[in-house]
Amino acid sequence: MSEVKEISIGDTGARAAGEKAERMMLNVGPSHPTTHGVLRLKMELDGDIMTKVDPVVGYLHRGDEKIAENMTYNQFVPYTDRLDYLAPLANNMAYAIAVEKLAGVEVPARCQAIRVISAELARISSHLLGLGVFGMDTGAWTPFMYCFTEREKLFDLFEELTGARFTTSYTRIGGVTRDVKPEWLEKVLQFLKEFKRTVDEVDALLTRNRIFYDRCVDVGIITKEKALDYGLTGANLRASGIDWDLRRDKPYSGYEQYDFDIPLGSKGDCYDRFLVRLEEVRQSANIVEQAIANLPDGLWYAEDAKKIYAPQKDKIMTSMEELIQNFMLVTQGPQIPEGEVYFEAENPKGALGFYVVSKGGGVPYRLKIRAPSFCNLSILPDLLPGHMFTDVTTILGSLDFVMGECDR
Amino acid sequence: MNFEEIFSELKRKEAKDCDSFICEGKDLVNTLEALKAKGYEMLIDLTAIDHGVEASPRFSTIYHLLSLGEKNYLRISVDCEAREEPVVPSVVEVFPAAEWHEREAFDMFGIKFENHPDMRRILMWDEYEHFPLRKDFPLAGIESEYPEQDVVERTDLKVKAAPMAGGPFVADTAGPMSQTEPMAKDQSWTESKPKKEA
Repeated sequence: MSEVKEISIGDTGARAAGEKAERMMLNVGPSHPTTHGVLRLKMELDGDIMTKVDPVVGYLHRGDEKIAENMTYNQFVPYTDRLDYLAPLANNMAYAIAVEKLAGVEVPARCQAIRVISAELARISSHLLGLGVFGMDTGAWTPFMYCFTEREKLFDLFEELTGARFTTSYTRIGGVTRDVKPEWLEKVLQFLKEFKRTVDEVDALLTRNRIFYDRCVDVGIITKEKALDYGLTGANLRASGIDWDLRRDKPYSGYEQYDFDIPLGSKGDCYDRFLVRLEEVRQSANIVEQAIANLPDGLWYAEDAKKIYAPQKDKIMTSMEELIQNFMLVTQGPQIPEGEVYFEAENPKGALGFYVVSKGGGVPYRLKIRAPSFCNLSILPDLLPGHMFTDVTTILGSLDFVMGECDR
Repeated sequence: MNFEEIFSELKRKEAKDCDSFICEGKDLVNTLEALKAKGYEMLIDLTAIDHGVEASPRFSTIYHLLSLGEKNYLRISVDCEAREEPVVPSVVEVFPAAEWHEREAFDMFGIKFENHPDMRRILMWDEYEHFPLRKDFPLAGIESEYPEQDVVERTDLKVKAAPMAGGPFVADTAGPMSQTEPMAKDQSWTESKPKKEA
């Protein structure tokens, strides 16, 4: 007769609770689908529960800050595309405004409105990816396809506006590269109509979905205090119930003219972060509609900033003054006075900050990029322990980060 | 808020964009703690500057604080005495957000943060020897005595390339961090080509 040994689950639990508990080291990433890029997590697991997490970042480090010290201000614009590569237009704008603040340049109202339109469209594109991928992380495939269909339409619009789908490089210091056409604005309005239906469908598919609900509610709770301590910004901060949006509280680029709501979470769990993003997308559409309805006439660049914004092509070809001006700009870069400035813009991923130190001339002396994804990820060692391993996917998806920006 | 009256340690520095102050390294932690109690509850950014190889002081660390209530930014800069191995007190105890920021400043400038719980490199790999954002570090990297031949051929620069350990299936599973990546250890067999019996 064979002997049957009874093993109770309680024993395993008791063993785990004791000092002799077996811990397993598990390495996730850097190439792993749940990490949305090259994030690596070194975890210590007790059964299914994480006890310690050590995130390893830097796999996408390209030395953007060093590169910035070696080129002129306008040459750095394409590098800003590659920070948060899901919303390049918003990065372009944040960088341009930071340098303009240092130079004391005021851009015309039309330029401000164009930038708002493009940045809000970028927010829609970034959040659509965030929502779609979050759905996929929790097991829902359909919303992802819906969101990507809409993003594809957005990229067509970006291409028409800037000439590139992803790497837009739309702004220059002192303006934007080209004006918007009325036909393009019509297309944007048409897109917003179609896209709102999709958002409603994603909402209907996910928000009251039992599986989605069970995987998100009460998972990855970030309290108000923790959110402030770790410097969280953007939707993640607002999901924890902190009423802070730079577009309203430190308005830039004429955001004070637009009327929009700022959604807040109550608990700070994954579900709240999802809901906040879902509502932000709708509000962004709202802002774009207002901006298009009230788009002021005028120039799309600061005409007075002769040493900063390049003259128009037809003038370069016909006028000596403008030719020299263009030559100086191309060879020496925009002339920015000595000083330092810190500017933050409310980007889709959080507050993207630029700290620019100038010693005069066309090259920054120091340019620090405050990447929201970097700060948002720094909470992981505090947030993840105590959760099940399966929750990693959900929590990472809900934080909505981009490694291009985190690693710079 | 009149900062100078409340905080005697702070010396005002001229700046156009926000209130800017210089603080002594020894007063830093106490000052930030007091500022946090006064409503500057977020450490929004922490970074450093190299003022140049000849400059004195050579390094400064810069702290940007944010008050949500007053909707105001505050910049505090701390000058480091030492030129080659600067040391600044860590503010992780006051603002946990500083942990990664300070690791980054150490990684890029070689500024040591005293009492930091985990002073490791963060963006560069652990074995890296230089501090890239220092002004005496050239953009192309520092030439190495033992460069890698394929890199020399392709770039004409005698530099060491970053380890490829980040990619999947390229590194060993034992050794220092940069090499401890997941991989198929024995790649001599595949699904189509079965493993030889020992």
